[in-house]
Amino acid sequence: MGALSAYLDLMGFAEGAWGMDMLKATGVTLCVALSGFAAGAVFGGLSAAASFSSLRALRALADGYTTILRGIPDLLVIYLFYFGSSAVLSQLGALLGSEGFISAPVFLTGALAIGVVSGAYQAEVYRGAVLALSKGEIEAARAYGMPNHLLFRRIILPQATRFAIPGVGNVWQLVLKESALISVVGLIELMRQAQIGAGSTRKPFTFFLTAAVLYLLISFVSGVLFRIAEKRAMRGIRRAL
Amino acid sequence: MIDLPFIYDAFVQLCSGIPLTLQLMAVSVASGAVLAIALAAMRLSSWPPLDLLARIYIFIFRGTPLLVQLYLIYYGLSQFPELRKTFLWPFLREAYWCAALALALNTAAYSAEIIRGGVLSVPTGQIEAARAYGMSGFTLIRRIIAPQALRQMLPGYSNEVILMVKSTALASTITMMEVTGLAAKLISATYRPVEIFIAAGAIYLLLNFIVSRLFKQFEYRLSAAQRQPLYRRAAGENA
Repeated sequence: MGALSAYLDLMGFAEGAWGMDMLKATGVTLCVALSGFAAGAVFGGLSAAASFSSLRALRALADGYTTILRGIPDLLVIYLFYFGSSAVLSQLGALLGSEGFISAPVFLTGALAIGVVSGAYQAEVYRGAVLALSKGEIEAARAYGMPNHLLFRRIILPQATRFAIPGVGNVWQLVLKESALISVVGLIELMRQAQIGAGSTRKPFTFFLTAAVLYLLISFVSGVLFRIAEKRAMRGIRRAL
Repeated sequence: MIDLPFIYDAFVQLCSGIPLTLQLMAVSVASGAVLAIALAAMRLSSWPPLDLLARIYIFIFRGTPLLVQLYLIYYGLSQFPELRKTFLWPFLREAYWCAALALALNTAAYSAEIIRGGVLSVPTGQIEAARAYGMSGFTLIRRIIAPQALRQMLPGYSNEVILMVKSTALASTITMMEVTGLAAKLISATYRPVEIFIAAGAIYLLLNFIVSRLFKQFEYRLSAAQRQPLYRRAAGENA
């Protein structure tokens, strides 16, 4: 019991304890992961649309995007976005007369980096979901004379969303874990907060374990939510099993 | 705008990090596979506590970021001075072994499920037939289950190995100078992130391309039974 109360003294919510900081940092992690995921939905949607285009150049672009971004470590992409935009900002600053290194906003660049990476994964999920639609329905809609945007809104979107849910759930789990990497450029999210706490109390195991449990909790809860969403979306579907 | 000679220079410098990247990948994939086989066997065991134990392991390692696992091992374990006296300490104080350990424990969780899927894909009838012939235990695994499960799990496993190539980049956060570590050092020395990113990205794409080719090749060799016989292909028939 001594160990538990010592732990509660350290991670509790009293003055000088770390509980509130860790919870706030968990909020930042959720925010940055959600923003990155949302940005990724935009990139992924565009890329999936491009992959169905009749223009070969657009298809090649989408293919290149998903292949390259899925083949490179996320950490490198985060470095590129952070140092790349800092370099641009520093040059702009030099034009305006300021000297030295101007650091880019970490939340924004981090979320964008995650967005670009997860967009490549989401593109494949959306592509697969659209390909899972039965051809006959699309042909039938065409036969009724539906123009493209109506076809998309009425036939493709509602059904593809349903097929995409499990894949999107996987990408979300990936994004959540990826968000820990943004700590390397200094955003104070859960991972970075744990490092700070570990540094000032010399209890690294306690802090990283707490962070691990918080990550586990988020991923468990979101797993449950996605399972519920999948069940709801599949209500009208007849299946053999 | 883009400085090709500089990219080439960076590429050559970063290449010196490839051996470490490959070593970390090979050590962790190999030892992770051994652990994964044990975990998959536990998941398939008919004794519930073993299954539960493996489930918990897999849940924990798949539900937390690799970075947390890495830091727990590299920084976290120093909180226990007792460890310093054990035979493990010479390994655990080295960043290299910590990175290899974290990567291996992590990949084992993902691979175990891939292996389990492969084993479950072997038709029950075949296993029953083998049992009827009096095959049991190890012979059954060696002759019937393993060859077919291996073929089934190969595509999933190749994805996992590619993920591992990318995951070795995290070792750079605990001072390892593999390709990403060198790239980060070069970026802060030159402030030319775009060029260095292109060089480092090219190296990873190349490595992953080679890995996926090797797996495709292996898959082709293992799927002789699913291929058309040569005489039919020569006659231009479709399957």
